[in-house]
Amino acid sequence: MFTIADAGQFESFKPKRYAQRYGLDPFLTVLLCVTGLYGLVILYSASGQSDSMVIRQGLHFAVGLVAMGVISQVRRDVIKQLTPLIFVLASLLLLAVLFFGVGAKGAQRWLDLPGLPRFQPSELMKLALPAMVAWWLNRHRLPPKLPDLAIAAVLIVIPVLMIAKQPDLGTSIIIAGSGFFVVFLAGISWRLLGVLIGAGLASLPVLWSIMHDYQRARVLTLFDPASDPLGAGWNTIQAMTALGSGGVFGKGYAAGTQAQLKFLPESHTDFIIAVLGEELGFFGIATLLVLYVLILGRCLLLTIRAESQFGRLLSGSITLTFFVYLFVNLGMVSGVLPVVGVPLPLISYGGTSVVSLLVGFGLIMAMQRTNRVLSGET
Amino acid sequence: MEIQTGVKERRLIGSRVIIAAFGGAVLLALLVARLLWLQLGQHERFVTASENNRLTTLPVGPARGLILDRSGVVLADNAPRLQLMVVPEEVEDMDALLRRIQVRIPLSEDEIEQFQKDLDGRRRPREPVVLKSTVSDVEAAQFAVDAHLFPAMRLEARPTRYYPYGGLTAHNLGYVGRLSLDDVQEVDATRYAGTEMIGKTGVELAYEEVLLGQVGVERVETSARGQIMRTVEREDPTPGENIDLHLDIGLQAKIYDILGDRRGAVVALDPQTGGIKALVSAPSFDANVFSSGISARAFQRLQSDPDTPLFNRALRGQYPPGSTIKPMIGLVGIDSQAVDWEREIRDRGFFTLAGVDHRYRDWKREGHGYVDLDKAVIESCDTYFYDMAVRMGIDTMAEGMAPFGFGRSQGTDIPGDVGGILPSREWKRRARNEAWYLGETVIAGIGQGYWVTTPLQLATATNVMAMRGEFFEPHYATRQDVEQGEPVRLAEPSDWERMINAMEDVLHGERGTARQSGANLTYRIAGKTGTAQVISIAQDAEYNADELEERLHDHALFVGFAPADAPRLVVALIVENGGSGGSTAAPVARDIFNYWLVEREAGRRGPDLEFVARVNEAVIRRTHVYDR
Repeated sequence: MFTIADAGQFESFKPKRYAQRYGLDPFLTVLLCVTGLYGLVILYSASGQSDSMVIRQGLHFAVGLVAMGVISQVRRDVIKQLTPLIFVLASLLLLAVLFFGVGAKGAQRWLDLPGLPRFQPSELMKLALPAMVAWWLNRHRLPPKLPDLAIAAVLIVIPVLMIAKQPDLGTSIIIAGSGFFVVFLAGISWRLLGVLIGAGLASLPVLWSIMHDYQRARVLTLFDPASDPLGAGWNTIQAMTALGSGGVFGKGYAAGTQAQLKFLPESHTDFIIAVLGEELGFFGIATLLVLYVLILGRCLLLTIRAESQFGRLLSGSITLTFFVYLFVNLGMVSGVLPVVGVPLPLISYGGTSVVSLLVGFGLIMAMQRTNRVLSGET
Repeated sequence: MEIQTGVKERRLIGSRVIIAAFGGAVLLALLVARLLWLQLGQHERFVTASENNRLTTLPVGPARGLILDRSGVVLADNAPRLQLMVVPEEVEDMDALLRRIQVRIPLSEDEIEQFQKDLDGRRRPREPVVLKSTVSDVEAAQFAVDAHLFPAMRLEARPTRYYPYGGLTAHNLGYVGRLSLDDVQEVDATRYAGTEMIGKTGVELAYEEVLLGQVGVERVETSARGQIMRTVEREDPTPGENIDLHLDIGLQAKIYDILGDRRGAVVALDPQTGGIKALVSAPSFDANVFSSGISARAFQRLQSDPDTPLFNRALRGQYPPGSTIKPMIGLVGIDSQAVDWEREIRDRGFFTLAGVDHRYRDWKREGHGYVDLDKAVIESCDTYFYDMAVRMGIDTMAEGMAPFGFGRSQGTDIPGDVGGILPSREWKRRARNEAWYLGETVIAGIGQGYWVTTPLQLATATNVMAMRGEFFEPHYATRQDVEQGEPVRLAEPSDWERMINAMEDVLHGERGTARQSGANLTYRIAGKTGTAQVISIAQDAEYNADELEERLHDHALFVGFAPADAPRLVVALIVENGGSGGSTAAPVARDIFNYWLVEREAGRRGPDLEFVARVNEAVIRRTHVYDR
């Protein structure tokens, strides 16, 4: 017999309930794993058929999945309570980078502390900042009042400036975005948003006038790669050539001449999507985009379903930041945005990026869980 | 506390999420549109761009045609030679690099000097510069072990022109040199795209078009760093055609051997075709030093040698022909009816013009007594020819001598020869803007005065005598055999035989000027001796050859052909400062005829290549180019 009670019981076994009870969201987890596997397939070709690189990236992904699982099990009120502490820690580490950081190519991004593996404190900040802003705005009713927004702005600007000073333009933009998204989701008034955007645009000519000539030249090259085809423009031109010559179905797996003959720079990291576009064509990229859209859609759904206001702000910010990663990377590879050095999320080779992304998804999942104490479950 | 989160706030965040999602969808749509534009709209354009990236078209140089002697002996070959090359753009510290490489491959001062010079010279970007032009197998092996330490250096096997008998053939084949930037501007650049050498002189220059061949094309796939991954397609080059010469390397060697250390020039023609069987200019040099990239110092040594080995005496040496042209002048005198065979004069040792005191002296102080034309040729009487020249006049003489080929450049495949001077009233006015004097006619009668000929011209004219008037342009390659010039016609054709009889008596007659050379031969030579003065002797002055500087001695000349009745070989030669034609030049000619007609049976027997190689060594050694 089919009764109302049965219907209620049936309801409790929907995935949403599953996530509320066990943390891990099976739908999102499966999507992430499929995307990760797809990424390994692309990497095998992009790395010039390097087994070791694929295995290492597979391990990175596995570590990230474990971290995601662990984070998803943490009680969200614990996360919330720890947020200010983690934010302060991340800020101190960033400060330490400015003084004791190590790195290459004229940038100090890494911290080499005894007893710890080398790491980039900016990766920690990618999650600590939106959480901190969410924590701050969550203290009062939404939409936030002007003083709260002012404090939030300070919380955002300080780490962004510290990262920009390393210098790491790509990451500082992403982190600024992640902080801004919290404010946006919290319901900043459109009028204020308009004023902020207006002020930003108005400051551009001032910024331009105080820049050095060489800096201006660099900015100009970012927007017009053809003006320096063998220098800064080389990457963009070769990436566009790879994508364009791929056509609808591509030149075949591991048969892309741009990638395999090394005309394409950074083919296994920032420009990996050009390899995909050359070898599997528009079809290959569309497949990846569908996976991304499903991930984003699922995350947005989880954001709306999150159990707390803090959770919704944090989940939404992480989701939108993920989208910014995607958009900036695709934009720079396809030649519509300047090359700022943002990897393709979940696909580009690199352990830190994958682990921190998956930890972010773990946070989104953690925000789904019903607080066991408050819900009275045993 | 969180449970009390207002519905209003929840809805606010929800609406913002939806707005963000919508914004994201729009941005994503823009990206997809961009991808569609790139991958569908501009697909063709980017396919072309990526193909241009991937494929490089490389020219493939054709193998240069070989040059062969008349019996098929290879005189100009292509041999791969290992060269040590440097790409200067890849070198950071050139001095350090040179120091390091010298430990493995020793470099001579010459090589380093030349390399530094080439470095500063103009070249195409990234074009490698030769550091050592000939690397031995042992050195190559030593280098190969440590090749990774010298990324800017590489060993390349380059096709190089190789002349197996470079000393014997330098003045005939000429040589090839590296295609210079100046050359590139003159030739069709695409035809030479894969070629590094070009004929500079001699047969190599004359037949450059034929020897070169057609360039091929190779399409290769390259990596971004320019590394060649594989060949995609290849259109083979067409090798250059071989050139068959009349030249006989055995005869060529024999002549160098006979001349020994003497300076001089010999031209030997095949009378039936005008083909050059031998053309010798001594001393010579090794043509291989040019094709391997001659060092400035070695070139200087060749250039400053007082014996001028680089100078081609046979083509460019301008000598007074002296008595060697008396038979031709005699025929012109007969044909123009200035004299006849019966006319006799009394020679008392000199000739005077009416009303002038000046004595034009005979080489024989006491004179030849009564002399007719036959005797004048056999004994080389000057007085007879002084008289005859005045009788016919300079213009008749010039008109009659021109058809023998005097006063102009010879042949079509002999680059670099000069025209000499056929003296005439018209020539003097044109060249010097001066009037002609009768006294100049007198000495022109014995091939002196303004007369200037090259050994090649003498051979051409003698060939006309041998062929009884038939004219052949001298030439190197058998492909030129069709060329035949305007014959020399005499009113009385039997005059040829009579004059040739007189020339036979020069060697075989009792009083012939070359009778010692004509003794004990199984065949008969028709010839004429000549002695050309290097300095003019003052009137009435006695002159003693022994007292003069060797370089002021007379040049000894001889022209002739044999056998006289059915000529197989025509020879014209000069031995510089050799003394008299009869004592020095005629024996050389006799040895040449003996070799060709007896030892080689007129070419039916092949050359002894061991002998040829030995003579080649000796010729090269003489000019000392390799002494360091």
